[in-house]
Amino acid sequence: MEKFIKLSGVAAPMDMINIDTDMIIPKLHLRTIKRTGLGKVVFDELRFHTDGSEKPEFILNREPYRGANILVAGDNFGCGSSREHAPWALLDFGIRCIISTSFADIFYNNCFKNGILPITVSQEELDVLMADASNPENPVLTVDLEAMEITRPQGSTIGFRLDNFRRDCLLNGLDDIGLTLQKVDKIDAFEAAQRQQQPWLYPSAV
Amino acid sequence: MAQPQTLFDKIWQSHLVEVQDDGINLLYIDRHLLHEVLSPQAFEGLRLAGRKVRRPDATLAVADHNVPTTDRRLGIADPESRLQVETLSLNCEEFGVPIFDMLDPRQGIVHVIGPEQGFTLPGTTVVCCDSHTATHGAFGALAFGIGTSEGEHVLATQTLRTSQPKNMRVLVDDPLPPGCTGKDLILAIIGQLGTAGGTGYIIEYAGRAFRDLSMEGRMTVSNMTIEAGARAGLMEPDEKTFAYLKGRPMAPQGAQWEAAVAYWKTLKSDAGAVYDHEVRMDAANITPQVTWGTSPEDVVPITGVVPDPQDAPTEAKRTSMRRALDYMGLVPGTKMTDIPVDNVFIGSCTNSRIEDLRAAADIVRGKTVASHVEAMVSPGSTLIKQQAEAEGLDKIFIAAGFQWRESGCSMCLGMNPDRVAPGKRCASTSNRNFEGRQGRDARTHLVSPAMAAAAAITGRLTDVRELAG
Repeated sequence: MEKFIKLSGVAAPMDMINIDTDMIIPKLHLRTIKRTGLGKVVFDELRFHTDGSEKPEFILNREPYRGANILVAGDNFGCGSSREHAPWALLDFGIRCIISTSFADIFYNNCFKNGILPITVSQEELDVLMADASNPENPVLTVDLEAMEITRPQGSTIGFRLDNFRRDCLLNGLDDIGLTLQKVDKIDAFEAAQRQQQPWLYPSAV
Repeated sequence: MAQPQTLFDKIWQSHLVEVQDDGINLLYIDRHLLHEVLSPQAFEGLRLAGRKVRRPDATLAVADHNVPTTDRRLGIADPESRLQVETLSLNCEEFGVPIFDMLDPRQGIVHVIGPEQGFTLPGTTVVCCDSHTATHGAFGALAFGIGTSEGEHVLATQTLRTSQPKNMRVLVDDPLPPGCTGKDLILAIIGQLGTAGGTGYIIEYAGRAFRDLSMEGRMTVSNMTIEAGARAGLMEPDEKTFAYLKGRPMAPQGAQWEAAVAYWKTLKSDAGAVYDHEVRMDAANITPQVTWGTSPEDVVPITGVVPDPQDAPTEAKRTSMRRALDYMGLVPGTKMTDIPVDNVFIGSCTNSRIEDLRAAADIVRGKTVASHVEAMVSPGSTLIKQQAEAEGLDKIFIAAGFQWRESGCSMCLGMNPDRVAPGKRCASTSNRNFEGRQGRDARTHLVSPAMAAAAAITGRLTDVRELAG
């Protein structure tokens, strides 16, 4: 996983609440066995007509937002399905950071597995950042995960919070399966105890 | 005396392998379900890292999302869908994971077959790369959807790194009125909580309204917990739970069964246990529910009208409602029962079990589907399909003009060829009315199986109580 330390880039405003995973990546694009290549169809039905031509009004079809690395979006971003294709598609498009007032739980977790930083801010802060992103002359935000702050286009900053474990994983690009496998003795011990207490959970042993 | 604990506390604490200093919990996972859509990349990850599946005996895979509901002996026409289904079989063979493939007599929707086989058990932790894993909470299992990377973590380690969610209790302690089902109950709850109301929580459902439900009805409620933003629903297991599970192929047998039931009977929230949040509702006020918009929280009684965005409390909500009305092709003030439908879908992990099919058949019996309506039933599993056929339900549906299909996720999300055409309107027993969910530009109204059946007969959204009499 690619590290996330500091990112400076164009922020695209998506001033809608409840942007769901079906919008981010419609189901027909779930028929893949790969993680990559989904950027060209992210937000497919919002972004393209059925004939494949672009919908000019959609934000990611407009300059300078075609090259956006950050999304600023309304409440409850990523609600719906557990499809990790949603963060895979966003990442493949180039989005490394999403700022909203809240995220759906599964989507939120999925972001951290893919080097994407979801930042939760207050409604007032979101309004400010939405306005910043909506100025096509200079919609550039800088997100610093070490300092845990967002720098606005004119230079003022907004702080944010994140738990240490997730922050460390992003800062270091850690593979958490490798970390957990270092604790295999504890997992073995748990299973041995559970097998005594609830042997029916171990059908092969019954 | 020990601190009173909730059911959630008991399950969570009995599955902690480790609590890290930073608050992250390493949670043991007892049961892992897989389907073909969200698992290929997890297996690929294992392969690239040279890792194995730690407990194939605690893992079960099934093909459900992409499978055709027409004659399966003909195979899958779409090459991408076919590759995904074949990849699941190959991965399961390589890693030694049990699988019900498309032609297996035990095949079905992953959240239907888990309980049906007795793979889902009270007091366990259950995960699946699928948000409707919440379904299994009906059995007193802590069950929640995860992403594919988390699924890979469970395959390799049988654990999850996670932080402890908050705990909400939804108490509905009076009986549901006639004509109302588990579907109406959960839609009303989502309408009250909102789609983000449960974010960060698991929800324990308590009270008579839930106890009165069959296991099928409880699964419907727990299934849609995710539509209120909460990853898991949870209900105390009781005699109905045990009766449902007894004798199932993967449930404990003999002396093991007795020991298991003795343990399961301890899985109750203690008197005085504390929740982070409590919500109380009266079932008596619930009428059959129907959605009007593009979020499951956009719900009204069937006796109501399409709401007016002007009445919404915030500008964000007004904007969202206007967008939803535009997508749905609806005008504020329209009576819900004046809205015609083009399609009716009875199926999905929410409402495709035998009780659902019986309820729909009761409405359909001796009647005919409206001439402009295309209606179909996709039972939740091949075994349910067989049971329904043994009861003659298939004949009732077919005689009325329904299509009687094989089991799978089908038109709930249209990954297979079962889709609602652009601009068409569907009364559906599924769980999501998102834009594009049942097909590009398709319009979905979520309802109970009986309400869907009633809409098929009249050709418009209908109060089932008018037909049921």
